Amino acid sequence: MGSKNQTATVNKSFGFRTKKYWEHNWQLWLMLLPAMLYILIFCYVPMYGIQLAFREYSFQTGITGGKWVGMKYFKQYFESPMFFTTLKNTFIISFWSIVVGFPAPIILAMIINQLRNKKWKKTVQTTVYIPYFISTVVMVSMINVMFANGSGVVGNFLKAAHLVAADTNILGKESAFVPLYVLTGVWQSMGWNSIIYIAALSSVDTQLYDACKIDGANRWQTMLHIDFPAIVPTIMILLIMNMGNILNVGFDKVYLMQNSLNLGISQVISTYVYSVGVKSSQFSFGAAVGLFNTLINFFFLVVTNWISRRSTGTGLM
Amino acid sequence: MEKIGQKQISTADRVFGIVVVALSILIFAIVLYPLWFIVIASISNSNLVNLGQVKFLPKDIRFYGYQQIIEDSRIWKGYLNTLIYVVVGTVLNMVVTMPAAYALSRRGFKARNKVMFYFVFTMFFSGGLVPTYMTISALHLISTKTILIIFVAVNTYNLIIARTFIESSIPEDLYEAAVLDGCSHFSYFTKVVIPLSKAVNSVLILYYAVYHWNDYFNALVYNSKQENAPLQIVLREILLLNQAFASGNGGVQGGYGQSSADQVKYAVIIVSTLPILCVYPFVQKYFEKGVMIGAVKG
Repeated sequence: MGSKNQTATVNKSFGFRTKKYWEHNWQLWLMLLPAMLYILIFCYVPMYGIQLAFREYSFQTGITGGKWVGMKYFKQYFESPMFFTTLKNTFIISFWSIVVGFPAPIILAMIINQLRNKKWKKTVQTTVYIPYFISTVVMVSMINVMFANGSGVVGNFLKAAHLVAADTNILGKESAFVPLYVLTGVWQSMGWNSIIYIAALSSVDTQLYDACKIDGANRWQTMLHIDFPAIVPTIMILLIMNMGNILNVGFDKVYLMQNSLNLGISQVISTYVYSVGVKSSQFSFGAAVGLFNTLINFFFLVVTNWISRRSTGTGLM
Repeated sequence: MEKIGQKQISTADRVFGIVVVALSILIFAIVLYPLWFIVIASISNSNLVNLGQVKFLPKDIRFYGYQQIIEDSRIWKGYLNTLIYVVVGTVLNMVVTMPAAYALSRRGFKARNKVMFYFVFTMFFSGGLVPTYMTISALHLISTKTILIIFVAVNTYNLIIARTFIESSIPEDLYEAAVLDGCSHFSYFTKVVIPLSKAVNSVLILYYAVYHWNDYFNALVYNSKQENAPLQIVLREILLLNQAFASGNGGVQGGYGQSSADQVKYAVIIVSTLPILCVYPFVQKYFEKGVMIGAVKG
């Protein structure tokens, strides 16, 4: 008898608590609902669909009903000549993007931070942010126009300055693809990416500068010993995030810059997934290549995060 | 020691100052010149542009390119589509993102860390292109305007920015006062949080609107109907695939056709980028704030 009564009270109080919880929180859950639903359908359902990479695809059975084939499509990718080419190209492009593209905004921010004339400082800032808003399609067509063989202004300037051999077709040469991709990328995004460093620099305690002056340090030394250490934590966080994306070479720009002459260096994993997975409808194969890409990215993110945690104490997770 | 206070600048500092200014001028020129060149090339005689004679100032000014654009229905159709995607898409983005950000910013909301993980996980792991395509296809949304509007209805990074902003710059006291007055979450959100979140609203509207305006990838992959094509797809046809221009006088009039087609290219670049650049000065003051908020808890 007693135990029965007890259970009833527990149930009641549990029900009561649940009711109270919902009275307090149903509005919050309702506000979260659209966003959570969207993420469920467009992010988590596709994750469930990853199993396509291990199955045969057929129109009748859909994503999850095909015959289980295990690692067949991964094997097919690893054994194809495109495996090495796409992996190598992706690595080369992202490696140089990070090596050249990552320090550029830091240096830019340091320079802008040192400008004494407020008006000029503002003008430079406003101008360097603009290219970020140019769409990839426009960006690539600007590249095509500026570096066109014969009529391209920038191409001709580089040739006149003997930075590029006079007879090179910049747009059609494989060895010119990576520098072109990376440097135009720096042109476009260095200003935008510098905002965060400029903001970090502007919050440095001015007492530190005064102390430096009294110690007789010049501006170069002040920059090196006060400004730079102040933005190191920001640099580390951004570096980890960049490393996590090492194999996420932006699809758009590479795809649009591709032409028959540079395909040997410009076919990266993401464009390959698009061309085999969607364009030629080899869904299972495309899914397998895509999954491989995601896993490597994930691996890099975890490793850099771990290294950064151990060495500097800053990390994402 | 005597020198302190006399405002005397050492030689090292003077050299440093000159180098910094010189570098800033160089960077300024490198960033600005290509933009300036497009502007002058769009109003110059294309033959002179191709010969490399137009360098710093326009020559033989003509507006043929702009005239051609005005007559081209594809561009206006693309423009209209893009406008729909930008306006409806951005409104949807904000309606989905802000309430969710508010809920996640409530300290008393116990599930918030778990829900946050639910969102953040998708930043680092995804199903990939093919499974996403198959999902959208299963929903019968391929080649519809709907998918181009709702795709990326909520961007996790923007969600974090909004949440961090609400959490850090709207005082907790306000919430307690509102609760004492019998305010529900809904009315507190609409009457207090939204009016106080002007900065973050502007930043997110800018981010989302630019995303929709410049979006090329989603339209390429998830749409194949010409009638739904946004401006960026049309631009690609005109700028990169070298399709003959609508009025089609390509090469007919002894070189004139080609040169005007080139002028059209420059003009198209200007016409398609101008709207974004017009909004730019109004939102620029919010950039720094927005980026900083996002950086606190990237």
